[in-house]
Amino acid sequence: MESNIPGTTPRPLRIAVASGKGGTGKTTVATSLALSLVEPPLTATSQPQVAFLDCDVEGPNAHLYLRPTFDRREDVVILVPEVDASKCTVCGKCAEVCQYHAILVLGTTPLVFPHLCHGCGSCARICPENAISEQPHPIGVVEAGITPHGIFFARGVLQTGEPLATPIIRRLKQWAIPPFTPSHSVIIFDAPPGTSCPVVETARGADFLLLVTEPTPFGLHDLRLAAQVAGELGIPAGVVINRDGIGDESVTSFCASAGLPILMRIPFQRAISEGIAQGRALLDIHPEYRTQFWDMFQHIQDLLEHHSQVGPLRKLATDSQ
Amino acid sequence: MKQLVIVSGKGGTGKTSLVASFAHLASHHSPRVRAAFADADVDAANLELVLAPDRRESHEFWGKSVAEIDPHRCEGCGICHNVCRFDAVLGPPAQGDSIFYRVDPLACEGCAACFYQCPVQAIRMVPQLAGQWFYSETPYGPLFHAALRPAQENSGKLVSLVKQQALRHAENAGYNLLIVDGPPGIGCPAISAVSGADLVLIVAEPSVAGIHDLHLVLELTMHFHILTLVCINKADIHPQGAAQIESFCAEHDIEVVGSIPFDPSVSEAITRGLPVTVFRPSSPASQHIERIWQRLLPML
Repeated sequence: MESNIPGTTPRPLRIAVASGKGGTGKTTVATSLALSLVEPPLTATSQPQVAFLDCDVEGPNAHLYLRPTFDRREDVVILVPEVDASKCTVCGKCAEVCQYHAILVLGTTPLVFPHLCHGCGSCARICPENAISEQPHPIGVVEAGITPHGIFFARGVLQTGEPLATPIIRRLKQWAIPPFTPSHSVIIFDAPPGTSCPVVETARGADFLLLVTEPTPFGLHDLRLAAQVAGELGIPAGVVINRDGIGDESVTSFCASAGLPILMRIPFQRAISEGIAQGRALLDIHPEYRTQFWDMFQHIQDLLEHHSQVGPLRKLATDSQ
Repeated sequence: MKQLVIVSGKGGTGKTSLVASFAHLASHHSPRVRAAFADADVDAANLELVLAPDRRESHEFWGKSVAEIDPHRCEGCGICHNVCRFDAVLGPPAQGDSIFYRVDPLACEGCAACFYQCPVQAIRMVPQLAGQWFYSETPYGPLFHAALRPAQENSGKLVSLVKQQALRHAENAGYNLLIVDGPPGIGCPAISAVSGADLVLIVAEPSVAGIHDLHLVLELTMHFHILTLVCINKADIHPQGAAQIESFCAEHDIEVVGSIPFDPSVSEAITRGLPVTVFRPSSPASQHIERIWQRLLPML
């Protein structure tokens, strides 16, 4: 990890929890990790200040387990063009530069399609008549508060019918750092499922990627992709196998061949599934996981200190191209 | 030709297992339905793992273009850095560095604002191979699917493309039904998946998270005025949750077409690479899925 220069705030440790496949237990793992850090086992010598970001803005669920009281809320907007018809000469340059086909020039004024717009501002810049102004178009919200356990919690929520999740995640990530909040020693990012832009936006800048999978061919297929994302981003990764005992051994052998450390196994137990379905945190259902998650956190710190141990991951990404 | 799209909001609720079983029931049970299939979860495409596809065609999918700065032409004015709203132009450089600015291809959204604003034409837009899409034949009918390269953008576009190809093929070949395995979430890939659907079936889990996300995805299909049905998977894992879904749906006039109990046969079937209705037809999951299919048939 980085050396702490006297007089400066140490950079927080950023752990992103991702999976590729949905429903493998990302939120269970991410929330359990957060809870184990703020109420560490008695043997622990430190207690981190924890921030938790629910970056699954298309289906945020972590608040159901961490139960924050939200006291801050902000609209996330993108800037979409508005054309002043009195200035527009219908030259068509705006439509020409728009890569998303969000402006169409037909007849006497350009037509704007806000749902296709990415808010890049290129049209407004190119317009020779200065006929384009940019208006805020809300696409979702970001909200934050403190949980009863003292975790700083923030989440983003995508508005129904809006396609773009990444601007919300980008904004959300700013909420976990000063000046928005006091600094934290650990920031946990609960990623959305998948392997495309919202996951990349979540994981960008993370120090470690914790990949949660289940030991089935579906889990393996998507773990392979998630590991490639880690490779593309150059972030060291480790694996949590959830519902261990179902499926087969293929995930275990993949991890061994890819040099991905398996950091924890959570066995399949109907009692766990039932408890989580009811909204209980894993650490409430089985308090002994508190120590296991704390130990896993220590393990992650060790791995980061010996970064070379997880080096083969980069090679994996290159091989598969 | 009807289009049935299976979505869930929350991931991992059993969409793919259900679609695979429908594929089997449509093609092998009476009354036979001539159905084609599309896997619209291009980020994590798993339907092929249980439909034994024989790949007939593969095509490249070119996504966005990404900006690239020519270090020999760049004069370091920083306009590109200033106009980029996606934090994708990295710089300004440290003193003595010969490269002024560079683009992080993973952050670049391909808007080309920098390309148009660069005063010395040092930037070009480079098209990216973002993935592939495939046409395969399976024992149950044709399958259209795709593989998005990890860390790529435009999954919504690839979803639209896969669906478009599936629809064209299915219409030309006289199929009556397209069954689409949708992605999780409610954003751009999910919107692309449900657009044009005649009927959406939501696979809901009776967990607190599943119910939360069911509400989000229902809002989405209502927003687009699509006829929507709900089925409950792993219903017995949290019976109160299942009852909550039933009463919520009753209040909002949404039909619940059945529920499926938790059944280890489902993950065993995945491990064998088979639809559960093929692997263990008499299992509780298979029986309940068949009942749901029978209820859907008159609507398709």
